[in-house]
Amino acid sequence: MYRYDEFDHKLVAERARQFRRQVKRRLSGELTEDQFKPLRLMNGLYMQLHAYMLRVNVPYGSLSSRQLRKFAHIARTYDRDFGHFTTRQNIQFNWIKLEEVPDILEELAEVEVTAIQSSGNCVRNITSDHYAGRARDELADPRVYCELLRQYTILNPEFSYLPRKFKIALTGSPRDRAAVALHDIGLRMHRNEAGEIGFEVLVGGGQGRTPFIAHTIREWLAPEHLLSYVESILRVYNMYGRRDNMHKARIKIIVNQMGIDRYRELVEADWEQIRDSVLKVPQAEVDRINAYFAPPEYECLADIPDELNDVRARIPEFDQWMAANVAEHRIPGYSIVNLSLKAPGMPPGDMTADTMDAVADLADRYSLDEIRVNHRQNLSFVDVRQRDLFTLWKELKLHDLATPNIQSVSDIICCPGLDYCNLANSRSIPVAQDLSRHFVDVDHLALVGDFTINISGCMNACGHHHVGNVGILGVNKRGKEFFQLTLGGSSDENAALGDRLGRALPQDEVPAAVETIVDTYLAMRLDGERFLDTYRRVGIEPFKQAVYSPVQTRAVA
Amino acid sequence: MALVKNNAMIDDPFVDVTGQETIPADGPVIVDLHQWQSHREQLTQRTDPVGVRLRSDQPPELIAGDLESLALVALEFPVFRDGRAYSYARLLRGQYRFDGEIRAVGDVLLEQLHFMERTGFDAFELQSDDPLGDLQVASADFDVWYQPAADGRLSAMQLRHQSD
Ligand code: HEM
Ligand code: SF4
Repeated sequence: MYRYDEFDHKLVAERARQFRRQVKRRLSGELTEDQFKPLRLMNGLYMQLHAYMLRVNVPYGSLSSRQLRKFAHIARTYDRDFGHFTTRQNIQFNWIKLEEVPDILEELAEVEVTAIQSSGNCVRNITSDHYAGRARDELADPRVYCELLRQYTILNPEFSYLPRKFKIALTGSPRDRAAVALHDIGLRMHRNEAGEIGFEVLVGGGQGRTPFIAHTIREWLAPEHLLSYVESILRVYNMYGRRDNMHKARIKIIVNQMGIDRYRELVEADWEQIRDSVLKVPQAEVDRINAYFAPPEYECLADIPDELNDVRARIPEFDQWMAANVAEHRIPGYSIVNLSLKAPGMPPGDMTADTMDAVADLADRYSLDEIRVNHRQNLSFVDVRQRDLFTLWKELKLHDLATPNIQSVSDIICCPGLDYCNLANSRSIPVAQDLSRHFVDVDHLALVGDFTINISGCMNACGHHHVGNVGILGVNKRGKEFFQLTLGGSSDENAALGDRLGRALPQDEVPAAVETIVDTYLAMRLDGERFLDTYRRVGIEPFKQAVYSPVQTRAVA
Repeated sequence: MALVKNNAMIDDPFVDVTGQETIPADGPVIVDLHQWQSHREQLTQRTDPVGVRLRSDQPPELIAGDLESLALVALEFPVFRDGRAYSYARLLRGQYRFDGEIRAVGDVLLEQLHFMERTGFDAFELQSDDPLGDLQVASADFDVWYQPAADGRLSAMQLRHQSD
């Protein structure tokens, strides 16, 4: 967990005070709504259907129990007792009063949390692998570089009025859990031929109405050049990104219009001028940040597979949970535990204030105080002693956070949709609820295995539907809600956009269609194949047939 | 229009003749890019200072070779949300080492002043009834900065390691 130093504290306090002044100027009419809008968005404040929504950053997904308790307090005091975890490691509060926002920001600053640039046409919250610093396959902890970028991008005077929003994600593992290829800038650690760790730099990925997988702009970048290279990418975008049409303003559009080679030329030319400037990251700063992350004090333990297997053999429910929700840790004797926020019927990502408090207490007792928010709208405890797993499981069950469905059919990503969002075409949450109630048989979930379903309420794609193994997109046809399915999307190291299955379906036909897709896969899969592997091998036709012209219907007709 | 420079209101010595057919024979003038490019020879002969005003779709690269003859570059904000000029100012100060006046013109408002100042602007045509008051408010907001820019203020990172 990064701790603020005096500079960080001061800046955040100053920013909160500045926003208090901006709100005052708005309320007194000195600022028009048009002038105020970008200012409030740069502080995470949206106008939704019914009220203001405040989006608060959880930088690169790391959260302490103290911070989570503060979220519970905010939910209770200023909202309707709950919050919503998003796909970009943020939390949103949905029922906020403008006049109270300055107080909320001050309360958040007490626990080193902000809403700075959680929205607006600027660089947003830097996201990362939720297993960062703990994953066994990691080359180095990406959070140090996330923190460098966080500071560099906060209130950056040159890049606060970009053509459009800008999202950066980092991974330190070959296994990409941060969807870096779907970001404006993605950074992927790897070794060059000399064996040194650096970043592959990707640019121009994104979802929304025109999705793109990012291009590699540089194969390998030395970490000391991270800030200058990002500055050059941002500068070229700021100068040449399109401002004539909001829907064409993201960096992905300009990169694909001018071509990645031309974009690279411009970036490299600018970078030549600044690569050895004060932007070069001194090793002393990397060391300082590392120290401020204060690595947890692990006990010297051994892995205990036999003991765990014993319990697993006796208690099948625990076994299912272990198989689905628990991941390897790089320190012996420890595990990573995923908390599922996707119990049947729950709106994905929502959490009540009481549950937040309960999770904070559990994190104190079982996870060395640290919680992670991940891009599939679940939480993770990243430092759990294996000998505590069984007790923790029982505790999580009491709070309905132990559904063994991580990365399975009912672990659905879903945007807020028409229940909150004024851009929505459809109610996405009820579709997620229907599906999670439909797929409740945990043995069946385990049998199906890795399978992601992502739902967006409109083509803005906040629910990542383009990259769901099954993507579901709400569309509006003559005033009625329909849902368009796509297959084969993926956001990992082999990122792919889904293919359209066929005509959109009414809401009540969606669960049956997904079930048909699942059954079709099960009938065709070869040993050990995930849905995605089978799909890539057999293509879309068998699924299309099964959903739109099942054999039985034709036989009857 | 109120012009603020070096924390004071000043009378603008320049006459903005952009878009006009004829350029007065003497006196400090601000011309547009088209005028500059078509009358470069005459304009560089003048003893009085000359400035060029760039639209937000005209990067300073277009006058990079001429900067030695210019006393001023005015960068336009057609609307405060258009942030291109922040990069132009930084390029002018950084890459092109321009040390004349960089003037913010157009939709120039209090809430953006601090960023303008940090990126290298040193004169502002402010849309305000109380420009000096605005400037004071804007410059009182922060005294910690996370990144180096064109104003020479040390970033938090630089301060942290000053004694290293
Ligand atoms: C309710 C208020 C929200 C509004 C008005 C909103 C608006 C938008 C818009 C307009 C886009 C498309 C941007 C583009 O294509 O340039 C977008 C994309 C996106 N939003 Fe939201 N959104 C909201 C809530 C959320 C929530 C709750 C999440 C997370 C669950 C989220 C995560 C994302 C992501 C991941 C993208 C696509 C990635 C990309 O930027 O390419 N948004 N949003
Ligand atoms: S995808 Fe559409 S409906 Fe869903 S939150 Fe985004 S803008 Fe709203």
